[in-house]
Amino acid sequence: MFRLNDSSRLSEFEREVLPHLDVAYNLARFLMRNDQDAEDVVQEASLRAFRFFENFRGGNSRAWFLQIVRNACFTALKKKRPDEMNILFEEELHGAKTPPMDAGIALDRAQDRQTVRAAIEQLPPEFREAITLRELEGASYKEIADIAGVPIGTVMSRLARARRQLQTILSQPK
Amino acid sequence: MNHDEIHELLHAYADGELDLVSAREVEQHLRDCDECRHAEDQIRALHDALIGDAPAYRAPTHLRRNIRAALRREAKETTLSPWLVFATGAAVTLVVLALIFFQTTRTSRENAIVDQIVANHVRSLLATHLVDIGSSDQHTVKPWFDGKIDFAPDVHDFAMSGFPLVGGRLDYLDGKTVVALIYQRNKHPINVFISPATGSSDRASVSSTRRGYNIVSWTQREMNYWAISDLNETELRQFANLLAR
Repeated sequence: MFRLNDSSRLSEFEREVLPHLDVAYNLARFLMRNDQDAEDVVQEASLRAFRFFENFRGGNSRAWFLQIVRNACFTALKKKRPDEMNILFEEELHGAKTPPMDAGIALDRAQDRQTVRAAIEQLPPEFREAITLRELEGASYKEIADIAGVPIGTVMSRLARARRQLQTILSQPK
Repeated sequence: MNHDEIHELLHAYADGELDLVSAREVEQHLRDCDECRHAEDQIRALHDALIGDAPAYRAPTHLRRNIRAALRREAKETTLSPWLVFATGAAVTLVVLALIFFQTTRTSRENAIVDQIVANHVRSLLATHLVDIGSSDQHTVKPWFDGKIDFAPDVHDFAMSGFPLVGGRLDYLDGKTVVALIYQRNKHPINVFISPATGSSDRASVSSTRRGYNIVSWTQREMNYWAISDLNETELRQFANLLAR
C-alpha cells in the first residue's frame, strides 16, 4: 500500500514478466476465442500479476504469470459461457480410458493457419490449454501442470485425448 | 513393460518427457511393433500439422502499449500515496502486513514445494523411473552422486530395521537439482528428497498428508529432508527417525 521503491519494482516486473506477454496472449486468445476478450483478460491479469509481484520469489516467471492469466481466463469463461465448462470434469472424474491415436488415418502435414486455429477452438477449454502450451509453446508437462494446477498424469491424459480429437477434426474432408 | 503400458507412454515419449531408461525401452518396442510405431508417427504428424503455418497468436502492439501505461499509472498511484501524512499509522500497518505477508508467502511456498514433492513421487513411480543407480549398498549409492551435485548426502541402508535401501536418483525440486533416495517398506516405495539448506537451523519433523500420500519433513545439519510414501504415518515417522539419527 505504501511503497517507496515502486519504480524499481516496475522495472523488475517489466524485465521479468513482460517478455511472456506473447505466450500469455496466445493462451488467452485460444481460451477466450476472440480478440477483445483475450485482450481484456491479459490486461487485467497483467495488473493483477504486478500487484502480487511480491509473491513471486524467483524461479519460473513464465509459469507464474501464465497461471494468473489462465485463472483469469477460466473465471471469465465460467461467467460468460457456463455451459461450456464442466464437461471435461465429468470425464476425468470417471476415469474414462485414454483413446489411442488412430493408426489408420494418414494426416496431411500441410495445414493452413486458419484450419488449425479453428480445429483447436473446437476442443474443450482444458484441452485448448494443454495443446496451446505443449504444441505451440513447447512447455514441459511439469510447467503445464504448474500452470493448470493439475498433476502431471492429468496433463498427459488431456494431451492424449486432445490430440486424438484434433487428429479426427483435421482428417475430415474440408 | 508390455505393449499396453508402452502404448500409454507414447505421448510422453514423443514429447521427450521420459527418462533415458524408459525411453530406450520404448524405442526397443517401436522396432518390433507396427501399431505403436504408427501411433507414434501420428503424434509427430499432428505436431507438424499444428505448427507448420505458425498458428500462434502474438500480443498486438496496442495491447502491449496499454499494459505498460496501466502499469505506470498503478506504480505512480502507489508511490504518490500521502504516506507521510499517515506515517505513524503506516509504520504500524507495514509491520503487521509484513508479518502476515511473510507468514502467507512462507506457507504458500512450502505448500508449493509439497505439491512438487508429491508430483515427483508420483512421476517416479509412473514412468518406472524410480532409480538412476539401483543398489542396496550405501557405498555404491553415495559415491554415485559425487560430481553430479555440489553436496554430499548421508546414505545409509536400514534393511535391518525393515527399510532396505533400493537406490538413488537425481530429481528437481524448486528449480534445483536434489538427491532422491529410495527405500522400501514391504511393497511401499519411499522417496526421500534431500537438498542443502545452508545457514538454516535444525527444524523438528512435521507430518502432512497430500492427495493420499504421507509426507514427513525436517531440517538437520543444514539439509532439508522430505520423506514421502503411501505408507501409513506411524511407519513413515519411524523411518524418518532412523534417518534423522
